[in-house]
Amino acid sequence: MKREVISVLVQNHAGVLARVSSLFARRGFNIDSLTVSATNDPAISRITVVVHDDEKVLDQIIKQTARLEETCQIFRLDADSSLQRELLLIKVTATAANRAELHEIASIYKAKIIDLSPHSMSMELTGEPEKIDAFLNMLSQYKVLELCRTGITAMSRGDRKELQARPAQR
Amino acid sequence: MKLTGSEIFAEVLIEQGVDVMFGYPGGSVLNLYDALYKYQDRITHILTAHEQGAAHAADGYARATGRTGVVLATSGPGATNLVTGIATAYMDSVPMVAFTGNVGTSLIGRDSFQEVYIAGITMPITKHNFVVRKVEELADVMRSAFRIAQSGRKGPVLVDIPKDVTSAVCEFNPRPRWTPPAPAVPDATALAQAAEMINAAKRPVIYFGGGVAASEAGEELRQLTQKAQIPATYTLMAAGVLGYGEELNLGLLGMHGCRTTNKAVDEADLVIAIGTRFSDRVALNPQTFARRASILQIDIDPSEVNKNVAVDKWVIGDVKTVLRALLPLVQPAEHPEWMELIRSWQAQDYRPRDDAYSLKPHQIIGSICEQAGPDAVYVTDVGQHQMWAAQYVRHVRPRSFITSGGLGTMGFGYGAAIGACTALAGSRRVIMLTGDGSFHMNLNECCTAVSYELPVITVIFNNQVLGMVRQWQTAFYGRRYSATDPHRKTDYPKLAEAFGAQGRRCTNLEEFRQAFAWALEQKGPVWIECVIDKDEKVLPMIPAGGTLDDIMMS
Repeated sequence: MKREVISVLVQNHAGVLARVSSLFARRGFNIDSLTVSATNDPAISRITVVVHDDEKVLDQIIKQTARLEETCQIFRLDADSSLQRELLLIKVTATAANRAELHEIASIYKAKIIDLSPHSMSMELTGEPEKIDAFLNMLSQYKVLELCRTGITAMSRGDRKELQARPAQR
Repeated sequence: MKLTGSEIFAEVLIEQGVDVMFGYPGGSVLNLYDALYKYQDRITHILTAHEQGAAHAADGYARATGRTGVVLATSGPGATNLVTGIATAYMDSVPMVAFTGNVGTSLIGRDSFQEVYIAGITMPITKHNFVVRKVEELADVMRSAFRIAQSGRKGPVLVDIPKDVTSAVCEFNPRPRWTPPAPAVPDATALAQAAEMINAAKRPVIYFGGGVAASEAGEELRQLTQKAQIPATYTLMAAGVLGYGEELNLGLLGMHGCRTTNKAVDEADLVIAIGTRFSDRVALNPQTFARRASILQIDIDPSEVNKNVAVDKWVIGDVKTVLRALLPLVQPAEHPEWMELIRSWQAQDYRPRDDAYSLKPHQIIGSICEQAGPDAVYVTDVGQHQMWAAQYVRHVRPRSFITSGGLGTMGFGYGAAIGACTALAGSRRVIMLTGDGSFHMNLNECCTAVSYELPVITVIFNNQVLGMVRQWQTAFYGRRYSATDPHRKTDYPKLAEAFGAQGRRCTNLEEFRQAFAWALEQKGPVWIECVIDKDEKVLPMIPAGGTLDDIMMS
């Protein structure tokens, strides 16, 4: 089972997120992350869903979501032909003794240090999910006080207009 | 012209062709009902005993006619009482628009009296739903609701209207009624592949469902069966699409279908699934269903492809349109050896035994069919009587067997019969078959049939127990009859009379014949109680998840 990113363009109505998540809950679709964001068209929102499941379930997720009245377009974004990014905020215990090595790790990963206190350091990192995973792995030897990941947001590469990519079957 | 929300409500209903609706008033819908008072010469409102009955009535109306059923209920409990009815319609893809009142917009979200978030509650059981926040949106939202209910794969839509929207005023512009666009042309490659599969098949079987009835494609289906001599078997939702006694109509498929139909699907080299969804009551074991066959599926809803059973090829589109396009590509064929094999299985099918002294379900139904004739419309509740009706009614017309297939809603029957009877306005006889279990759930709707003088004949198969559950307890739970023997002392003829209806009780076939003949003469609702043995079973039966090897014939 590989990770799949599904992009859903939906009408920007109140309740549309509830409708999509109600569908996922009812059909028993397990999702890793789900983000909702604005698009260049104020009438349209983008829902980016990350799932780990077999082909059969993915096919059903796409077809069932396409059935929703407020779904305008739905398509897969595979890793090679799309841009996928995630934002991480992390706070670790940091004292005068280890600040320097944390700073070094942060600079290797191009993470920004965004807050510092006598006992902690907060960092921000944007990147592909694998890069975030690797960064978190490096930080696992420190005491993590808090962390949050936004989940993936994604769009297709190049000139291709998404509105033509894999239109939803209606 | 400037109209109130309530007047717009009535105007759009008329614009959409609604002349009958079902409902129950209450505080949040007082303005809407005030408008219905004004429009009563153009919209007939049927007041039921309970909102659930109203929802089933709108559903029965839609199933009998193909038109969209309309139901109206107040906020809070009125709205929640619709839920079972909406879910029933959703599972069987019945076009329905349900309107609910809600508290005023300023009171929403404050746990106000009779406030409930019905849009949230009905999200998973509607094709779509709306909350109308402004009177300016009302007309177009209602138009969208009717469009969605009737387009593509049909289904229920809910429109929730807060009370202040029904009294607010805005400009109203009449519009012509929405008419469905011509169905999309099916994919030519898919059609060619489908024809190739059909033309190459040696042992083909058609397995068809409610989508054929919904698409009014019975004639096209018949042509396909005849042109390539393909035997066909149907699901519960498609009874009557091909007539009883037609040569290539093999009968009912699935858990309580014939052994022959199930065997035909099991032995076939090609199964053509048309307007059907491989439910667990048909594809009892999805791994072994049609295991020797290639499967070709024709359906309007792409999400039904590969949902429960993996299929080889499919054509997406309106069934009637697809079949019309497919027919010229199909070569005339005969499959004499295959047909002979099927005929040999038919000789071994389960046959119920007649009995001169006690009432037998198949004999009751046989007697009804003889007397009621081919134009009768049958409505059922859910349980053993429903399966007997599916097996033994001589189905000859589509839209004439009204039953809750997907949700299996006990208590569906009386409301649905009222809806069907209202729709058919006395032109066809409506016969409700029920059991003593199901009937007790919603027999209160008898008062509605009395008020509107609806000549619904109710035949109650009274075995004193909750027979279908009991049958499973007999077969799979060591005869531990937990909560299936309610010891009810209901006197049906007296209760019918108490409602202002009439009732008879029968214990043998001759009494039943006479009672039914008498019932056909009556103008209002009639109940006939048939006393049957509590050990009567629905046979044959393939247990849930089982295969043909597990079939129970006794």
